[in-house]
Amino acid sequence: MDAIILQILNGLDKGSAYALIALGLTLIFGTLGVVNFAHGALFMIGAFCAVTLSRILTLSRTTIDETQTDFLGNPLKVEVPYAHDFFGPVVGDALIDWAVPLAILFSIPVMLLVGFVMERGLIKHFYKRPHADQILVTFGLAIVLQEVIKYFYGANPIPTPAPDVFRGSFDFGAMVGFEANQIIYPYWRLVYFAFAALIIGAVFAFLQFTTFGMVVRAGMADRETVGLLGIDIDRRFTIMFGIAAAVAGLAGVMYAPINSPNYHMGMDFLVLSFVVVVVGGMGSLPGAVLAGFLLGILESFASMSAVIDLIPGINQVIIYLVAITILLTRPRGLMGRKGVMED
Amino acid sequence: MFGLDKTDTKLLLIVAVLCLFAPFILNPFPTSSGLAQFNAGYPDLMQRFVIFGIFAVGFNILFGLTGYLSFGHAAFLGVGSYSAVWMFKLLSMNVIPAILLSVLLSGVFALIIGYVSLRRSGIYFSILTLAFAQMSFALAYSVFTPITGGETGLQLALDDPRILGISQTAGGNIPVPALFGLEMRASWDLVLGDWQFTFNAGYYLCALILLAAFYMAIRIFRSPFGMMLRAVKSNQQRMNYTGLNTKPYTLAAFVISGMYAGLAGGLMASMDPLAGAERMQWTASGEVVLMTILGGAGTLIGPVLGAGFIKYFENIFSKLNDNVLHGWFAFMPDGLENLMVTIVHPFVGKGWHLTLGILFMLVVIFLPGGLVEGGQRVGRLFRRRDIKSTGPEAEAAQQRNAAE
Amino acid sequence: MSKSNFTRRGVLRTGAMTAGGLALPTILTAASHSGFTNAPAGATVTLGFNVPQTGPYADEGADELRAYELAVEHLNGGGDGGMMGTFSSNALQGNGILGKKVEYVTGDTQTKSDAARASAKSMIEKDGAIMITGGSSSGVAVAVQALCQEAGVIFMAGLTHSNDTTGKDKRANGFRHFFNSYMSGAALAPVLEKMYGSDRKAYHLTADYNWGYTTEEAVKSSTEAMGWETVNTVKTPLTQTDFSSYIAPVLQSGADVLVLNHYGGNMVNSLTNAVQFGLRDKQVNGKNFEIVVPLYSRLMAKGAGANVKGIFGSTNWHWSLQDEGSKAFVKSFGTKYGFPPSQAAHTCYVQTLLYADAVERAGSFAPCAVAEALEGYEFDGLGNGKTLYRAEDHQCFKDVLVVKGKENPTSDFDLLEIVEVTPASQVTYAPDHPQFSGGALGTCNNGA
Repeated sequence: MDAIILQILNGLDKGSAYALIALGLTLIFGTLGVVNFAHGALFMIGAFCAVTLSRILTLSRTTIDETQTDFLGNPLKVEVPYAHDFFGPVVGDALIDWAVPLAILFSIPVMLLVGFVMERGLIKHFYKRPHADQILVTFGLAIVLQEVIKYFYGANPIPTPAPDVFRGSFDFGAMVGFEANQIIYPYWRLVYFAFAALIIGAVFAFLQFTTFGMVVRAGMADRETVGLLGIDIDRRFTIMFGIAAAVAGLAGVMYAPINSPNYHMGMDFLVLSFVVVVVGGMGSLPGAVLAGFLLGILESFASMSAVIDLIPGINQVIIYLVAITILLTRPRGLMGRKGVMED
Repeated sequence: MFGLDKTDTKLLLIVAVLCLFAPFILNPFPTSSGLAQFNAGYPDLMQRFVIFGIFAVGFNILFGLTGYLSFGHAAFLGVGSYSAVWMFKLLSMNVIPAILLSVLLSGVFALIIGYVSLRRSGIYFSILTLAFAQMSFALAYSVFTPITGGETGLQLALDDPRILGISQTAGGNIPVPALFGLEMRASWDLVLGDWQFTFNAGYYLCALILLAAFYMAIRIFRSPFGMMLRAVKSNQQRMNYTGLNTKPYTLAAFVISGMYAGLAGGLMASMDPLAGAERMQWTASGEVVLMTILGGAGTLIGPVLGAGFIKYFENIFSKLNDNVLHGWFAFMPDGLENLMVTIVHPFVGKGWHLTLGILFMLVVIFLPGGLVEGGQRVGRLFRRRDIKSTGPEAEAAQQRNAAE
Repeated sequence: MSKSNFTRRGVLRTGAMTAGGLALPTILTAASHSGFTNAPAGATVTLGFNVPQTGPYADEGADELRAYELAVEHLNGGGDGGMMGTFSSNALQGNGILGKKVEYVTGDTQTKSDAARASAKSMIEKDGAIMITGGSSSGVAVAVQALCQEAGVIFMAGLTHSNDTTGKDKRANGFRHFFNSYMSGAALAPVLEKMYGSDRKAYHLTADYNWGYTTEEAVKSSTEAMGWETVNTVKTPLTQTDFSSYIAPVLQSGADVLVLNHYGGNMVNSLTNAVQFGLRDKQVNGKNFEIVVPLYSRLMAKGAGANVKGIFGSTNWHWSLQDEGSKAFVKSFGTKYGFPPSQAAHTCYVQTLLYADAVERAGSFAPCAVAEALEGYEFDGLGNGKTLYRAEDHQCFKDVLVVKGKENPTSDFDLLEIVEVTPASQVTYAPDHPQFSGGALGTCNNGA
C-alpha cells in the first residue's frame, strides 16, 4: 500500500513536468496549427536560463592567494563573486543560493522574446505549409538551438541546485500514519508540483476568463471567421506562441535542480511530450494535462521492482504500450476532437 | 526499355551511370591536395550512400505516395540487420541467404506493425509507428540482449556454429561475408597520376541492388497500384465513399517499404557484419524522414539525393578538425589564419550537427520540394537564358514574357 | 611523378606509374607486397582518433582529443615530452614513430556503434590510419575492436570499463589500458568493508545494458564475498532521466547502502535524485545510509556537483596522484590547456605512447609484431605504477584508485580525493574467471 502511494506521488511529480511541456505544445498546435518539434528545445533553454542566471550571480573577480597552490604549483587563484562586493557576503550568498527561483523572473522575458522571435521569424511562414515541413523545419531549429547551447555550455550536465532550504526530503508517510522512512518526498519536488499546478491553472484561467483568451479560443475553433470579424488574430497568435514558450521555459527553469541541465535534455523530452499530447488528444488542453499525469503515474508503477520482475523490460516500454493501447481504443486520444491532424 | 517510358528510362540510366562511376565522381580531388578531405569515394561511404538510398526510396513508396508519415521505419532496418547477422552466425557467410531472410523477416514485422498502425491515420499513425519502433529499440538494447547483443551489438564470434561453412579461417580469424567466394570487402585501386579510385565488390553489389530497387520503385510509381496510393493521399474519404477499401493498398505499401528497409539493413550487415540497436532508435527513423523530405518527397530520385546529402555530412564534415583547418588556411597571414579557423571551427568537426541543422532549415524554408526542386529551379534559370539568344528562341521567349 | 614527398599511398602510386596507370589489384585479403593494412610508406604515419564529439559524452571525447594531440606533440618531439621522460621504456626518441612523423585524423563516434564503425572505417579506408584508438563507452569499444580485427589494424581502446571488452568480446588486435568492472568491485569491496562494516544490505540500481550487467555482477559478488547482503537489483532504462520512482522505494526495502551502477548522464541524474530524496541523511538499521558509485569520473562528478561529497567510487587514474609520471603528465597537459586532465585523457595519452613504444621495440608497424611487443609487456612510469599488459586477454593490470567525493573542493576540478590505491595484485584475476568467460582472442590479423 505504502509502495503504491509512494509511486502515485512520484507519478504526480513526473507527470507535472510532462503536463507542463505538453500544455505548451498543445497551445501552439491548438492555436497555430503548427507541430513544433522545437518545443523540447524551449524547455531546455528555460533550464539554461537558470544556469545562466546562476553564472551571472557567481561572476567573480580573481584574487591570488599566495598561501595556497593550484594543481600546477602556481599560487591559487581564488574567485570572489561580484555579488559579495555589491551586496555583502550574506546577501550575496543568499542571492546565489536562490538563483533558480530568481531565474523564474529572469526567464519570463527571455522566453517571451525567444517565442516572439521564433514565431515572427520562422513559424509564421509555415502556417500554410504541410505538417511534414513544419516538423522538419522545427526539428532543424531544435538541432541548431541545442548545438548553440552546447557550444557555449559544453555537453556535460551542469549542476544547478535548489536553494538550501529545499534540499532533502520530508517524511510524508509518517505524517499520515505510516512507519517512518516508508514514504519520503523531496521538498523541491513538492515545490515543482505546486508550481506546475499554478501554471496550468493560470493558463486555463487566462484562456477562460479574459477577452484575449476568448478570442484565441474562438480562433482555435474557427480562424477564418474570427479574421472576418476584423480581429487581428495574427498578433494574438504571436502572443500565444510567446506564452507557450514561456510555459515550456518555466517548466525547464524549475526542472534544473531535479536533473542537472544538459544540452540534449530537450530531445530527451521531445518524443515523450509528443506521445503525451497525442494520448491526450491533439489540440485538447485538458487532455494534455490529464495524459501527462496519467503517463507519469503509470511510468512510476512500471518502475516498481515487483512489476519489473513480473514482466521484464516493462519499464522500458510502458509509455509506448499505453500510447498504443489508448490510440487503438480511443481513436483521437483521451479528449481529442474529430478531424484534427487526421489527414 | 523494361516497360518504362522515355523519361523514366532516362532517369534509370542516369542512376545507373551515377552508380557505375561513383568511385570517380566522388573522388574529384587529388589525394595530395587539401581538398582530398572532401573526397567521399571510399568503399564504406559509397556503400552507405547506396544502402541509405535504398532505405529512403522504400520509405518514399509509403510516404511519398500515400502521405502516411511513419516514424518507425528504422525498426525494419534493425530487424533486417539482426536477421542477416544471425544468418551469418548460423548458416553461411554467403550474403544471398542473409539478404533474403532480412527482407522476409522485416516484411513479416512490417505486416504486423502496419496492420495495427494503419487503423489510424495522420499523426496518430505516426505516433503508433514511433511507439512500436521505440519499443523495439528499448527492448533490443536491454532485455533482448541474448538475441541482439544489446549495447555492444550483435557480432560474429570465433565459435559460431556455421552450418554451411567454417567457424574460423585457417589463420584463426572470423570469415568475412562474401558472394560465392567474392569477399564483400575486396577492393581494387586504380591510380591515375595524383588521383586514386577504389572499386569495391561490396559497393557494386549494393549498387546493383539499388538499381533493381529503383526500377521496382519506378514500376510501382507508374502502376495502377501506385495511382491508387496517390488517390489515398489526395482524398482517402472520397475513396472510401466510392465503396473501395483502401486499407489493403496502404498495407501493401507499408509492407513493401518495410521490406526495402529490411533489404537495406541486410545489405548493411553484409557489408559490415554487425547489427547495433541504435539502428532502431527514433532518431534513425527521423533520419530517413529527413532524407526523403530533404531530397524531395514523392519524387523518384529525391530520396537517393537526400540520403547522400546527409551521409556525406555525417562522415565528411565530422572529420574536419582544427588541424585540418589550419592546413587549409595556412597560406594566409597568421592573424587572418587564426581568425578564419575561429570562424569556421564551430561549424565543422564536433559542430557538424549545427551545420546540418542550419542546412535543413534553409532547404525547408526556401526549397519546399527539396533538393529536386532546387535542381529544377536551377534548370529553369538556365532555360530563361533563351531570352538573350537570337532567332525563333528569343521570339518565343519574348512572347512568353509578354503573356506572363 | 613529379612530387617528391611520399604520402601514405605513395608506394601504390609509384607502382601504378610503373604499371602505366593500369588497375592495380590490392585485394585486402590477399597478402600483397606491403604485408599489412595501410603500411606507412612515406615520411609520416597516420593514427586515427575516434572519439565522441557529439552526444552526451562529447566533453569526455573533447578531453580525450586533447590528450591525443598532446601525445602526438610529444611523440614528434614537441612540448616538454610529458610522460615520455618518466616511462620505463626508452625506445621513444621524440622523432615520431620509427622516424616517421606522426599525423592524425579525427572522427566522431556519436557514442553509437554504427557511427563509430563508419568513422573508423573511413579512417582505415580513406586516410590510411595504421591504428585506431579512442571511444567513451564499451559498446563502441567492442564494435570498433571487432572492426579493427577484421581490417587488420591495431585498436587501442579508450575509456571502456565493461568486462566484455577484454572478456567475451576480446580480440587479438585490441588492447585495453583502462580498468574494468571486476577490478572496480575488487578494489572497492575492502574499502567499503573498512568504512561501512561487513553487515550491510545493498540495493543496486543498474543501467539496463551490457556494461551495467557486468558492473552489477562484479560489485555484487565482491561485496557479498565480504558479508554484505544484496536486497534487490533493479534495472533502469538507458533513456531514463528522472530516477525518482526507482530511488523512492529504496528505503522501503530495508537496504542501507545504494549502489548506482550508472555512468555518464544516468549517474549524474540518479545520484542527484538520490541526494534530493535525502537518502544520505537517513538512518536505517541503526546505520547511516550510504551511496556507492562503482565507476567515477571527474567530468561526471562535475555534473553532479555538491552531490558527490563523501561518496565512494573507483577510478583508473586521478590527477592528484603524486608519482613522477602523473606529475609530468598533469604539468604538460595543465600548461597546454589550463586545467588538469581527466582519467579518459590519461588512458588515451598512455595508450598512444604504449602503441608508439611497442612499434619502436618491434621495429615494425605490422599489427602482429606490435601485438607481440605489447603482450606480456611490463612497464612503469605512466601514472599507474608497475603495469602488465597481460598476453592472455590484452588487459592491463595495475593499481586501481578508490576515491571519495571531496568535502571541501578548492576548484572545479578538485572534486575527488584518493582514499586508497589498491595494489594490482588485489585486482588481478585468472584469465578464465567466470565474469570473463566465453569468447576467444583469436589470432592477430595483419590485414592485406
